[in-house]
Formats: sequence, structure tokens, C-alpha cells
Amino acid sequence: MSSWLDYTINGLIVGNVYALVAVGLALIFGVSRLINFAQGSIYLVGAYIGWVAVVQLHTPLPLTIIVVAVAAALVGLIIERFGLRPLQNSVRIAPLLATIGISFVLDQLVMLTFSPNPRALPSQLPDVRFQIGGGTIGPLDLLIAGVGITSALLLFVFLRYSKLGWAIRATAQDRDAAMQMGVDVNRVNQAVFGIAAALGGVSGLLVGMYYNQIDTAMSLQATLKGVVAEVVGGAGNVPGAVIGSLLLGLVESYGVAVFGTSYRNLFAFLLLVVVLVLRPNGLFASARQAPPEPLTGTFIAPSRPVRIPRWALLVATGIFAILPLLPVSFYVLQTLINAWLLGMLALSLTLVAGTIGQVSLGHAALLAIGAYTSALLSLTFAVPVGLAIIGGGLMSAALGTALISPSFRLRGHYVSIATLAIGEIVSLVILNWESVTRGPIGISGIPPLSLAGYELVSPISIYCFSFIVMVVLALLQGRLLGSHLGRSFRAIRDDDIAARAYGLSLNRYKSLAFIFGGFAAGVSGGIAAHLYSYINHETFNTQQSILALTVVILGGLGNVVGAIVGAVALVGLPEVFRIAAEYRILIYGIVLLLLVRFRPQGLLGTM
Amino acid sequence: MSTTMLSLHALTRRFGGLTAVDAIDLDLAKGELISIIGPNGAGKTTLFNLVTGLDRPDAGTVRFEGLDITGLSPERLAAEGIARTFQLGRVFGNLSVMDNVLIGAHTRLRAVKPAVPVIGPLLELGLALLRPASVKAEEERLREEVKVILARFGERLLPRIDQPAYSLSYANRRRVEIARALALRPRLLLLDEPTAGMNPTETTEMQGLVAELKAEGLTILLIEHKLEMVMRLSDRVIVMDEGKKIAEGPGEAVRGDPKVIEAYLGHGLTTKQESAA
Repeated sequence: MSSWLDYTINGLIVGNVYALVAVGLALIFGVSRLINFAQGSIYLVGAYIGWVAVVQLHTPLPLTIIVVAVAAALVGLIIERFGLRPLQNSVRIAPLLATIGISFVLDQLVMLTFSPNPRALPSQLPDVRFQIGGGTIGPLDLLIAGVGITSALLLFVFLRYSKLGWAIRATAQDRDAAMQMGVDVNRVNQAVFGIAAALGGVSGLLVGMYYNQIDTAMSLQATLKGVVAEVVGGAGNVPGAVIGSLLLGLVESYGVAVFGTSYRNLFAFLLLVVVLVLRPNGLFASARQAPPEPLTGTFIAPSRPVRIPRWALLVATGIFAILPLLPVSFYVLQTLINAWLLGMLALSLTLVAGTIGQVSLGHAALLAIGAYTSALLSLTFAVPVGLAIIGGGLMSAALGTALISPSFRLRGHYVSIATLAIGEIVSLVILNWESVTRGPIGISGIPPLSLAGYELVSPISIYCFSFIVMVVLALLQGRLLGSHLGRSFRAIRDDDIAARAYGLSLNRYKSLAFIFGGFAAGVSGGIAAHLYSYINHETFNTQQSILALTVVILGGLGNVVGAIVGAVALVGLPEVFRIAAEYRILIYGIVLLLLVRFRPQGLLGTM
Repeated sequence: MSTTMLSLHALTRRFGGLTAVDAIDLDLAKGELISIIGPNGAGKTTLFNLVTGLDRPDAGTVRFEGLDITGLSPERLAAEGIARTFQLGRVFGNLSVMDNVLIGAHTRLRAVKPAVPVIGPLLELGLALLRPASVKAEEERLREEVKVILARFGERLLPRIDQPAYSLSYANRRRVEIARALALRPRLLLLDEPTAGMNPTETTEMQGLVAELKAEGLTILLIEHKLEMVMRLSDRVIVMDEGKKIAEGPGEAVRGDPKVIEAYLGHGLTTKQESAA
């Protein structure tokens, strides 16, 4: 029995840490209806500043906490001022994408400064355990609980009794009315971002001390956990975020107790998906809320797509088709093969995120499903590779659509959260379902690409194969967009309520979009599996999902040609300029930020 | 006796402590035009949402041609032949005028949407990609029909047929909405303030169009603030205030009803008298 008390204490302590992140997210969502995907990066920055303070400067604990809080708050202020304030009047998707870009930039900056290797962050407290009942509790547990409760109280007093706190609450209730009453909304935003960042930074510090280890992978995990806790408590609901966090901590802790550590995150994301599906407004919202305000066509920047004449497309296709016959190096072909694979993924994502407006952040899961299916079909059942890849595409279409279907009733930013969580769930299932996926060992010895018995091993044959597959997929997608389905998808994206009022079933058309897009992504993953010959649960990760999203935005949302141009640009340009691999993600983040700010419709325009 | 098209019985919708629609009864005969008037916040648009399935009533029933349609989904009701326009204008911003109106005809697509259970959607995807002659012909026919519908608005929309809707003027967006509703070939048309934001000339044009539609036998439920138009077009007028129906009858009778004057016209009349004095 004693261990149950331990697991409960552990759950509450971890929940307290999540609460520090989630409360910040809730405050920000409250005043600006934005899910801040950079919150985890601030947490990361907090942990590393803490490391510098403790290990290099040997600051005493209270001073460490203050240094981290102030430094993190500064980062938050900078993000608000330079990352988000310029986007105040742009489309709703813009700030969300900006926070994703900012998080990439911050994570990479930390990684480049401190190297990706984990570091020890020593706790500055004596290592003793006190017995209580059947369990034990250490000074660090008490510190975390203390910081959690103190900041909750301070925040409560601040929001309740200070003038700025009033302004924040007023802005959260009705931004326009608050502005008209003379509330300086920019100052409110600043205050909120500063507070949220300070809390997030301190949270990172405490977690680092708790596990005595920090590394750059913490960032995404923290964002995800914070978002889960916040959504469970009800987006924008500050006390709800605290309760959601404690609940999440307990669910995880008990889940780990029963099933083991590798299931920890699975429980978190399953909790999120269940809450999103059953109570999208959070556990504490009333079941039936007033219908949402009409919002017309503002999710995606209005633009006129650049018209590319047919002959130009034909010429470009021709040049790339005969490229292997020209005196080009294998290196160029290899780079372009990567571009075509990414292009297929981008085609899929541009349909789903651009044409029908479901900004998926878990698209790499479709790659993974396709890759595993194709690899296992060819290895276990000796299916010819060509057929196995098609099987991967079909499985990705079917299973991917089924998995993502719970998010079909959600809108806007919630879709992004749900797809992100579903993507993580897929990766965790692959990790844990050892009898089928071989778990953490991964699948090795995947047969190389072959077609009708001929193995495609030379770069030229692989180049031609992947190029042809991509062109076929692009042509099919172009044809789809020209049909009544293209029109229906775009109508649903622009205004789902009006679309429903004219007989368009959201489930039906979102499913069709994911089936078509899932096939393209699955084929891309399948080809990749046979090229790499080894895959595991980390081969297709969130970074790839975000890269694909950057490609899609670069090319223009929904734009078929744009997706391919974007893929070539993002894969090719870093090669042309010989940018070292570790700087590429940083560049992608910066590209995303610049695009959102200066050319939200992308190079070729939204379709 | 004329047949009843739409019949609302004790329809009620509450938001928290507020009863937005309070036990409304209404019978709309085939070919009739009823206007619903009332001050802002009287519950008119909520009533429309209840009839078109965008919101569900807490109590009461909605019958359409004798069929109980209470709480059915909006897509189902569109298929039944109920079309509406929106108060704040909900065109599909990035779609061309042509595509906006074609969406209106979505429920009428047959060739490309085979009514096969379960695999119907997959067949729809296949047909959209293959586009056999029947599908092409259907699309062509609808495109011609859209041009005919747009021609009803004179030269307002036809020259802009390929322009995206976000580039249109406010008044033209409202026209696109009405064209989209007509493309559904509705049996019941709900118009939510079709002339909001229009100048007097445009209002007169719109009034002419609604009169034409009525003359063609279309059954119409109209929310409108411009009383002149309401008086001219309506067979009957229903006045709502704070969710309740406070008066019903021919335009002139309603106009003289003291309760209506108090709730809705009263304020306006007093100011007019004051300014006249």
C-alpha cells in the first residue's frame, strides 16, 4: 500500500510542475485566444539558465529561482513584443504558427549553445527523505509544492486585487469592450506573457532539479503536457488549469504504477483526446455553451494564387525528369530524392491543412504508419515492395483517418492540439506494441526498393521512381481540387457553419481529405522505409511534421505546385549554401517566422 | 385550405438564465411570406438557427411538411430543401462567386454522389477523380444554372463571377448568399436581414427580387428591420420581443398594436414626434 501513497505524492508533485506551465498557457489563451506552443521552450530556457546559475555562478537557491524567473520573463516579453504583437491583425492561424516557429528557434539556440547532450542539474537541497504514513517525501517535493501553491496564491491576489489584474480579467472576457474602456491591451499582453514565462521558466528549473537532468527534448514534452492540462481544465480557465494539471499528474503516476514508465505519455495524450472529444470546452465548462460567434473566412489569409502557365510546369517537369541524364552528381540526385519524399508529405499536408483547413501537427504519424506497414508487409509476408508501398499508403489512409476522426468535431487551434497528440500516440504505440512493431529495437533489414523484380539501388533509378510517384500524386491531387470535392473542401475551410447549412457533412469530407492525403503520406513513408532499410519509432517525429508544415506555408496553403516548390526550396537551399545540419532546424524556424510575418500566403499563394 | 409548410410549436431555447426564444408558435403555409420583426436581441436569429438545425431547442417541435425535423442536423435539413442566408454574411471568402453558388447546389448533386451506403463516400472520391461523362454533364448543367441565377441580380454579380468572394462589396456578398440559397432550389427560404448595410437603391432592388421569388411561389420566412419592405412584402408579420411572440397578423394591424409600438416602434415614434415638435 505504501507505494500507492508514493505514487500519489509523485503525481501531485509532477502535477504541480505541470500547473506552472498550464497556468501560463491558460492566462495567454484567456487574453489572446492563442495556444502558445513556445511555452515549453521558455521552460527549457528556464532549466538551462538555472543550470548556468547553479553550476557556473553557484547562486544560492532563492537567488537561482529569482534569476530564472526574471530571465524567463524577459524572454516572454521579447516573444510578445517581436513575435506576436506584429500579428495582432492578421489571420487567426498566424500567431499559432509564429509560436511554433519561435519554439523551434529557441530550442535550437539552446541546443547550439549547450549541445544536445543531457546535463545534470543538481538540486541545491539536502538529500533526505521524511517518512509520512507509508510514503516518503523529500525537501525538493516540498519546495515544488511550495512554489506551486505560492505562485497560485500570488496570481490569485494579483488578478483579483491589482489594477492590471482587473485589466487582464476584463480583456479575457471581452477584448474589444476592454479596449473601448481604455484598457491598454498591449500592456495586458505583456504582463500575461511575462507572468506566463516566469512561471514556465521556474517550472523548468524545478523539473531539472527533480530529475537531476536537463536536455533539449524537454521543451516539446513540456508544451504537450501543459497543453493537455490546460485543455482538460478548460482553455483559458486558470483554476481549471491547476486542477487539470494535478489530475494529469495523478493519471500519469498511477498509469506508470500499473503499466510501466514507457506508458506515461500515452496516458496523458489519451486523456487529452478523450476530453477533447467528450468535453471540448474542458471538464468544468457547462455541457451546452452558446453557439460560437460567426467567424467568416479569416482562418487563412485571402490571396490570389500565382497562376503558373501550363507550359512552364511542363518544361519544369521535363527538366527534372531528364535530370539524371545530365551531368549532375549523385549528391544532387540524393538531395532531390529527399525533396520528392518531403514533397509527397507536403502534398498530403497542403490538402489537409490548406484545402480543408485542418492544420495537422501530427502528420509524421501518417509517414510512420505507411513505413511500418510497407516494411512489415515486405519482411513478414514477402509482399513485393511495390505492392507493399501501396499497402502502406492504403493503411495510412484508413488507419490515419480513423485515428484522426475524433478531431473532426474540433475547430481551429484545437485541431492542431488533437493531431499533435494523436501523432504522439502513434509513436508511443509503435514503441510499446512490441509483438508487431518490434518496439524500441525498430525494424532493420527492410528490403530495398524494387519494381517487378528489379531492384532499384542506383540513385538514378531511385530518383526516377520517387519523382514519378510524386508527379502522379500531384496530378491526382490537382484533379481532385478541380472537382466538386476541391470546392467542398475549401468551403468547409472558409466557413464550416455555412457549409453545413448547405448540406456538406463535415465528417464525410474531412474523412475524404484525410484518406486522400493519408495515402500520399503513407506512400512517402513506405518509400522512405525501403530507402533507409532501418526505421524505429523516432524516425518520423514531430520535427518532420513541423518541417512539412513550413514547406506547405512556404509554398502557399492548399497549393499543389507550391508544396513541391516549397519542398525543393527547404531541402535544396540549405545544401546549396552548405549550411551545417545543426543549423537547419534553426533556419526552418526563422523561415516560418518570416513567412507568417511578411508573406502569410506563401510563395505561390493560398488556393 | 393551403398546406402548412413549416409549423413551430412551443419552440424554446434558453442560454443560461436568458430565454432567447420563448414558446414560439408559428404556421407558415406554402407560398406564404411571413416577416419576423422585433428589436435587436429579440431572438429572431436564434429562431432561425433552431429551424435550420444550427442550434437545438430546449423544448418544442419544428415540423416541415408534416415531418418532425426538431434537432436534425443542418446538412440533413439542407437536403430536405431548407435554405437560409446569414445575418452577418457568411460567404466562402476564398471561393469564386461561381463556386460559392455551386456549393448551394451541393445537395442536388446526383451523378457524383451515388447513394450507396458505407462506400458511398469512397465512390464519390473515385468519381471526382475519374470524372465520367455523367459527372461532367452534371457539373456543366449546374454551371449554366448558376449563370441563370446570377442573371437575376442584373450586372451586379455576372461580371465578377470568377472573383473571390472576399473581394466583393458588402452588398454583393449578400447577393451571393441569396444566389447560393436559390441554387439549392429551396422549398423553404429563410432570409436573415437581406438588406442590412444596403443603400436605398440596393434595398429597392432586393425588395423587387424577394417579391419576384414570392410571386414564383416560394415559401419565405424573412427577418427584416426595414418596415417599408416588410409591409409591402409580407402576408403576415410576427413581432418578437425578449424571445416572446407579442403580436401576429397582417402588417397594418400589427403596426397599430399598442404592444408592438411599446416594444419596438414606441421608442422610434416618440423621438420622431419630439423632433417634429
